[in-house]
Amino acid sequence: MQRIFGIISEKAKQLLSDGTCDRMIGWKRGEFFYDPTPAVFSGAGDLEDFVYDGFCGSNLSKYLIQQSAKEGKILALLKPCDTYSLNQLVKEHRVRRENVYVLGVECRGMLDIDKIRALGVKGIQSIEENGDQLTVHTLYGDKTIERSEVLLEKCRCCKSKEFATQDDLAVTGEPMPEAPADRFDMVKKLEAMTPDERFAFWRSELSKCIRCNACRNVCPACSCVKCVFDNDASGVASKANTDTFEENMFHIIRAFHVAGRCTDCGECSRVCPQHIPLHLLNRKFIKDINEFYGEYQAGADTESRGPLTDYTTDDVEPSVVMQRGGGK
Amino acid sequence: MQKIGVFVCWCGSNIAATVDVAAVAEAVKSEPGVVYATDYQYMCSEGGQSRIRNAIKEYGLTGVVVCSCSPRMHEATFRKTAQAAGLNPYMVEIANIREHCSWIHKDKAEATEKAIILARTAIAKLNLNQPLIAGESRVVKRALVIGGGIAGIQSALDIADAGYEVDIVEKSPTIGGKMAQLDKTFPTLDCAACILTPKMVDAAAHEKIHLYTYSEVESVSGFVGNFTVNIRKKARSVNADLCTGCGDCTKKCPSRKAKDEFNMGLNNRGAIYIPFAQAIPNVPVIDREQCIKFRTGKCGLCEKTCSAKAIDFTQKDEIVEERYGAIVVATGFKPISLENFNEFAYAQSPDVVTSLEFERIMNAAGPTKGQLLRPSDNTHPHEIVFVQCVGSRDTSGCGKPYCSKICCMYTAKHAMLVREKYPDVNVHVFYIDVRTPGKNFDEFYRRAVEEYNVDYIKGMVGKVSPQGGKLRVQGSDLLADRQIVIDADMVVLATAIEPDPTAKGLATMLTASIDTNNFFTEAHPKLRPVESPTAGVFLSGVCQGPKDIPETVAQASAAASKVIGLLSKDKLLSNPCVAGSDEMLCNGCSACEKVCPYGAISYVEKEYRIAGKTQVRRVAQVNSAICQGCGACTVACPSGAMDLKGFSTKQIMAEVDAICR
Repeated sequence: MQRIFGIISEKAKQLLSDGTCDRMIGWKRGEFFYDPTPAVFSGAGDLEDFVYDGFCGSNLSKYLIQQSAKEGKILALLKPCDTYSLNQLVKEHRVRRENVYVLGVECRGMLDIDKIRALGVKGIQSIEENGDQLTVHTLYGDKTIERSEVLLEKCRCCKSKEFATQDDLAVTGEPMPEAPADRFDMVKKLEAMTPDERFAFWRSELSKCIRCNACRNVCPACSCVKCVFDNDASGVASKANTDTFEENMFHIIRAFHVAGRCTDCGECSRVCPQHIPLHLLNRKFIKDINEFYGEYQAGADTESRGPLTDYTTDDVEPSVVMQRGGGK
Repeated sequence: MQKIGVFVCWCGSNIAATVDVAAVAEAVKSEPGVVYATDYQYMCSEGGQSRIRNAIKEYGLTGVVVCSCSPRMHEATFRKTAQAAGLNPYMVEIANIREHCSWIHKDKAEATEKAIILARTAIAKLNLNQPLIAGESRVVKRALVIGGGIAGIQSALDIADAGYEVDIVEKSPTIGGKMAQLDKTFPTLDCAACILTPKMVDAAAHEKIHLYTYSEVESVSGFVGNFTVNIRKKARSVNADLCTGCGDCTKKCPSRKAKDEFNMGLNNRGAIYIPFAQAIPNVPVIDREQCIKFRTGKCGLCEKTCSAKAIDFTQKDEIVEERYGAIVVATGFKPISLENFNEFAYAQSPDVVTSLEFERIMNAAGPTKGQLLRPSDNTHPHEIVFVQCVGSRDTSGCGKPYCSKICCMYTAKHAMLVREKYPDVNVHVFYIDVRTPGKNFDEFYRRAVEEYNVDYIKGMVGKVSPQGGKLRVQGSDLLADRQIVIDADMVVLATAIEPDPTAKGLATMLTASIDTNNFFTEAHPKLRPVESPTAGVFLSGVCQGPKDIPETVAQASAAASKVIGLLSKDKLLSNPCVAGSDEMLCNGCSACEKVCPYGAISYVEKEYRIAGKTQVRRVAQVNSAICQGCGACTVACPSGAMDLKGFSTKQIMAEVDAICR
């Protein structure tokens, strides 16, 4: 990771000093080694706190809504999966692409500190990344663990190592690891459940929700000027708040609102303080859309029409839902 | 606060027998805003309407709920009633307690409870209604007829004779349709060509009619009075302006592998061909899949032969955009495929033919020049079996559940024609029922039985097996209660008909509805049989349901009269229930623009002062002259910025709440 950090820093300095870009959005050192924070750097001389390591999982695309509306050009460090979110926002006219300089940054899959802890590793001081292996320095000595075992959920099912959009790349050229899991595995399990089992599963998960709105605030598809849940006049917010069903309604409405636009960036689940697997709702939609209208990846480009806002004569008939067991 | 009057209709016994109408009127009196409620035997009658008018005046009503039949039936009626009493017509709501309630329930207590809920729902919505004012839109004085068979030709001629421009779009290279393929027509036995081809000439020669043959409708947008249609003129590879129609090219063409569609594949045609001698336009077309020049690059014999220099291998498809006030659908039918009916050995033996193939065999311009010859060996048959209802009235799922309507009559015609020309041929007809309602139809059938001694057998054929040059037909005679075996020379299958395969895609383009069998649905099965539920779209011929030529022509003229009625207006009142965007909530994401079927939404960049700062934002704007109020944008909008007048999200949520209360 040190090598790629060097390459990025080098490129960033050059782009910020030669006048190509005015500011940069990247990650800066957090309070702990495992929580780097998204940050805007004002120039080449401001990169002291800049970091790029296995804990830079956060997707910076959504910040570009605000940033691209400002004067000047912003250098955006985007991992391959983040570029899909950017494309989708460009498609929806939410980001002014001409004000953004995308530096695509290589990603070997980002790490989940909770998964490392769950392996029983205690007293973690720092982590050293060596390709597919991690050396964890702890109070009680060093431990070696496989990177693939402690990836963030979104990285376990990495959708692409390719950049959907970029103006320049910062890559080492080293071979990248394969994604260890299929993203629809859990959705298939849910689909195989009886409605009662499925309902129980979601009640148990969603009842943990504390309505902190972190999922909504981080989601690049949730970019409305005014969210319906914040709009008293919509009448939705008050309904969602009336009983214990509130969390269900909130998350299900949200899943509907982002359907066909969600790039499966996985940020919702990553930021959830209650560890609710919110991405499963989105993946169910993505799986259905793929089955109904053919494979579709939101954000793969900026021009095509999403399957839910397009019509072709090959579109499925509504009855297919019943045929597939929707009525069971 | 609204002052609402509720009027519960008995609809004679239609509603009152299943719903306690007095209880409904009583129950809604305590609903918010309701100041008056009553019931009456026929609310749509003058007596009922005057009750509404009087109550509006007496109680100073600001809104009216009528609990009656479907709004499709009488919403317009009651809007007029309210308007006559000085109320805005859009302050009327209908609670459908007939189709949605009394007709589908048997238990009176349950139905009454549901009727009360439906009434409450309409009241909840009406409490949020606002008066709306309808605008006007211009009518384009030109009609489009889709399909150039007898239905399309007749509709076009009638519209054109009334003085309006008409375009006919026909997908095949000539107009004429299925009727052009027929030999004789029942019940008078005059030849189809003799009565059809003059009409084809009339259509082509009419100064108000323009033909787009070998063309298809590519896309349709707009609305009643102002449709925009893209027509794809497929490349004929022949310049129609230069071509003299001499036909030399068709004779010289060395490719002879293509099945002749006009003769139902009973013989072959060249790659460059004119479908039949009386085709209109009399201009050949090159079938590029068959043409040796297009396949290998070598040949070009037709080009060398053509003295008019009309052959153009470089011709490309062309898209023409036209605007129309009205559209007539006349897409017709085709016989079903017989792949599900192996028992009749259609695929095994060339001597098993469909009735339409038999028409070509009997026709003087057909593959046998009108001689009755077996396709397998060109010998004269002595024993012919006709099988009716092949795929019609079929509940097994292999065929069609409906009666194809024309088969009884054309089978009687075939049987009679064979016996007339060849008295030595024995003719047997297997039937389930013989259905011959229609002027002079039963007389016609009886003549076949009584004068021509056609052997009608009530029963179905179970199996046809080719054996030693013959076709062994095994069937049952239900009246004699015995099995029959006939060694026939030919078997003719009265194949069910189905809507042309293009109907489904076209229905989608027109947003016109079709039924489970892909027949276009009429606006009302009895009272509006030639109109589609989609305003400005009219139905002509078999696309709406099986019918014979006299019925088709009658319906074609009826559709034409509806079109003429529409085109004679200069302006139409437009629907005020249109969408509008709350710019302060709009993200400018284009979701609404993408789903709008009418192209009514555009975007502008606007400056806003928000929290002391100036922002430039991209926001949606609706052109209310184009918007048809379908509401697609309101559900596509993630932030809820789009809303529909008369059907606002709040109104609909209020309705849902009222149901769930």
